[in-house]
Parts: sequence; C-alpha cells; structure tokens
Amino acid sequence: MTKKNLLALLPVALVLLIPVATQSPYLLHMFILSLLWITLGQSWNLLGGYTGQISYGHAAFFGVGAYTTAIMVKSGQPPATAWWGLLLGGLSAAVVGALIGWICFRLRGSYFALSVLALSEVLRLVAVNWRQLTNGAEGILFIPAFTSKTYYYYIAFALAAINYGVIRWVMRSKPGYYFLAIREDQDCAESLGIDTTRYKLYSLLISSFFTGAAGAFYMNYMGFIDPGIVFSIPDISIMMILVTMLGGAATKWGPTVGAVIFILVSEIFRVWVGSGHLLFFGVLIVAIIIYFPSGIVGAILDWRARRRRLSAAGSEA
Amino acid sequence: MTALITLNDVTKRFGGLQAVGHMTFSLNKGEILGLIGPNGAGKTTIFNLINGYYPPTGGTIFFKGDRIDGLKPHKVCRLGLARTFQVVKPLARLSVLDNVMVSAFSRTNHRHEAEKTALEATAFTEMDAWRDVKAGSLPLGMRKRLEMARALATKPEVLLLDENFAGLNPTEVVSTIEIVKKIHGSGVTILIIEHIMRVIMSISHRIICINYGEKIAEGTPREVADNQQVIDAYLGVADA
Repeated sequence: MTKKNLLALLPVALVLLIPVATQSPYLLHMFILSLLWITLGQSWNLLGGYTGQISYGHAAFFGVGAYTTAIMVKSGQPPATAWWGLLLGGLSAAVVGALIGWICFRLRGSYFALSVLALSEVLRLVAVNWRQLTNGAEGILFIPAFTSKTYYYYIAFALAAINYGVIRWVMRSKPGYYFLAIREDQDCAESLGIDTTRYKLYSLLISSFFTGAAGAFYMNYMGFIDPGIVFSIPDISIMMILVTMLGGAATKWGPTVGAVIFILVSEIFRVWVGSGHLLFFGVLIVAIIIYFPSGIVGAILDWRARRRRLSAAGSEA
Repeated sequence: MTALITLNDVTKRFGGLQAVGHMTFSLNKGEILGLIGPNGAGKTTIFNLINGYYPPTGGTIFFKGDRIDGLKPHKVCRLGLARTFQVVKPLARLSVLDNVMVSAFSRTNHRHEAEKTALEATAFTEMDAWRDVKAGSLPLGMRKRLEMARALATKPEVLLLDENFAGLNPTEVVSTIEIVKKIHGSGVTILIIEHIMRVIMSISHRIICINYGEKIAEGTPREVADNQQVIDAYLGVADA
C-alpha cells in the first residue's frame, strides 16, 4: 500500500469515528440522513450519470424496498430486519426494476424516463388502496430495533460504502465501459458489439437494488412510512436527481458532495425558515445547470484539468 | 473463391421511397471491393442493411453461409463483421484509448486484455500520440482514424469502411491508404465506400457502381471507369 492510499483512508477513519466523538442524537441523525442520501445519489448516478438513462421515478424502487421490510415486520418478523431486511428490500426493488427495464429498454429516448415516473405513481396508488397489505394511507408504524443511533449510523455507512465499492468495481470493468458507451452513442455502441438493451438493464438492476435497500433502511430507521412519503416524486425521485446534478453527475464523489449539501440546506431551512426548501433547491438547480453544468465536483475536475493543460503548455513554451 | 458476404435480391424501402432495389452481389474472401455511386445512391443504406441497423424489406443477406438479415448490429459485430460510420460517432467524453477498449471488450471480459488489444489497434492505425485525448476534441482526420481503430479492435474478418477518406488532407489520404492496405494485408476482407476516385481505383480489386439503389456496373476498376452507364450517372447524359 502506498502512502497516498494510506492518506486516502484517513477521511474514512474519521467518518467511522464520528459516533465515538459525538453521542448527540441530533448530529447523528444528520449524518445518517447524509449517508442515506449518498447511497441514493450514487445509485441514481450509476443509471442516470454513467449510463445516461434518466429516471424520474426512482421513488418506485425506494418505496418497494421500504414496503417490503414494513410488510415483513407487520406480518410478525422481528424488527431486527434492519440487517437482512435491507437485502430483501433491495431484491424486491430489483425485481420491479427488471420488469420495467425489460419492457422499456428495447426503446430509446424518453420512454424509460416517463414509464418509471408513471410506475412510481401507480405503486403509490396501489399502496394507498391495497389496505390489507399496506394499511393504506395511514401507513405502517413499528418500533425500531435499536434505540441507539450508533447502530444505524454504521448500517447506513456500510450501505453507502458497499454501494460505492460496487459502482467503482463495475465502472472499472467491462460493464462500466459499456455503460459509458451507451450514454455517449447507442448506435455506435451497438455496432461495437454491445447488447445495449441488456447492459441498460444491468445498470438499472444495480441501481434499483441499492435504492430499494436504502428504502428498507429508511423504514427500519424511521419506524414509520406511508405511501406519500416513500413514493413521493418531489421528495425522493426529484431529490435523487438533484443531489446527483448538484454534486456532479458521472463523477466519483459528486453524489456524496450533493447529499451533504442537500441535508445541510434542508436542515437550515427547516430550523430557520420553516418551509420553502423545495423552492430554494429549484433555484439552486437552475443556477447549477447554467453555471456549473457538470456539478460542483465536475467543475473542480474541469478546472484542475484546464490548469494541468495550461501548465503543460507553459513548460513547453 | 469463397463468398464471405452475399446479398441476394435485397430491397429496402422507406415508405414509398426505394433506397436499395434488388441488390445482389458477393464479397469474396481476401478482396477489397469498392462501392461507388453518386450521392444518395444507397451505398450507406447497403452498409446499414449488412450491419443490421435496418432490416431489409426483402431479400436475404448471408455471412459465411449464415443468414444475418434481421440480426441486431451487436450480434453481427460479434460474428466478425465490423464497420465504420461516414458521419463519425466518437464516444466524445471518453479518451481515444477508452473508445477502442470499449470495442475490444467485444472479444474479452478482462480489462488488461482489452487494454492490450486497444493499444495494438491504436498503434496499428498510428494513433499512439492521441491515446489520452478525449475523442470529442480530435480533429476530423483522427476521428475517421478512430473509427478504423475501433472497428479493428473487434477483431473482424470483414471490415466495412464508409468514406474514411472524406475530408482528409492529401497527406492524411496517403497515410490512410497505407493503413487500409496494412489492414488488408493482415487478412481482413474489406468492403469500402469512397468518393475519391484516385483512392478507390488504386486500392480496389473489384468495384460495384450503384445508382438510385440499383447496381449499374460491376467489374475491375478499369472496366467500371469505362462503363458508359457509370459515366452517365456521374456526369449526366449529353443532350442529343
């Protein structure tokens, strides 16, 4: 291991030590939400950022993951599902992803983006009306398994870290190259031997799995969900896009930066302004798209690349 | 001589417009076959039919004895048939090497093998110096060459070259001719569309001329150049 790798581990160690440094439930709650949104942003980024398949309805997967755990607990499983429930939530979301992807990814253009938006609304209405299964609009409530937030902190951290690791591994291997090729030009990708339908589906499967697992975690952590929360278009689907765009789509750390800023700003608005954070984010995203179309991390990377080129040109002159 | 690609009475209509009509020809193993014709004659459509981008309206296409009409482009590519695009399609935000690696992955699942193939293909097409440049910022000449490097990295038996010389300066034309000859020398059979007569006449073994989607002449470069129908198609018919 090189010195540089060791240095890179330092921030990870610091993040791991946060629950030792503070026992404040409020601060831990903020950190847990940030980690949750890092997972959501990263998941959306794989499909929307790297593969170029925009989804306006990732709440579908989040909600299915959340309801899978909720229904399991309601039907008598102990709430320790905080652990293995995540896996099941992810799997059921991936099954839904497989169905919609299998149908829509034969087509190009906006079909997938709009179908998945419709899907999340359909699922929300099902959750409202299928009262025997979901308890309808009243939602599902249970007592979370752990009273200490420290456990949840580490679960959320593990989920975000595994998601990060999986995406990095995928992006360095064949499927990752194929995802990028599909984003850049699907005709070209096909003629280079890429089964575009299949690889778009692979990207969606990973993305929906981790979104569903995050939904399951949300249920376990908050102890309460209703259809309006977990299938929300503005609060989940749009925010996942916003977090990614804000930090920088198709960058390694963009979703992380976006998630932290998102949680910070939402909290500032909640405490001091009361409401209006959605309006603020709307304005913010317009500004980002106009001035930093590649997001905060993207802008920094562009700036560094430009400086390297300039100094290279300078040393030649 | 064995035919690698055979088109049998292939027709393609877009609505009421017939782009290719009753096209029948074979590409023989080891040859360089030129496809010429005025603008809009249907040359690129023939590539799109062979490559699987369009299904034909009628007729059959065979590659090494197997029917390939109706197969998707990625399947055709895997059978060993690569193409370049006249309107170049670089994966703009990827480096040249990554572009070529994407296509090299069609023959391997391993990153280091794909990288090795990509390095070979970029060296073969004399693009070494451009490897780390983003494909979107390449000059046109290099974009055309990237098309060839990518096609080569899929390790094809047959290569369809669609106007790889258009827009090149004279020096680039000469070096590209050398590269095409080198590719052919390595055992790849080539079907080439080209407007620059000097190029097509010098490298083709055989030429087919089409006009309004139909074949009007076929033969050696000399025979085709002397054909009255070909001259009429290019220069128009003189008033009586």
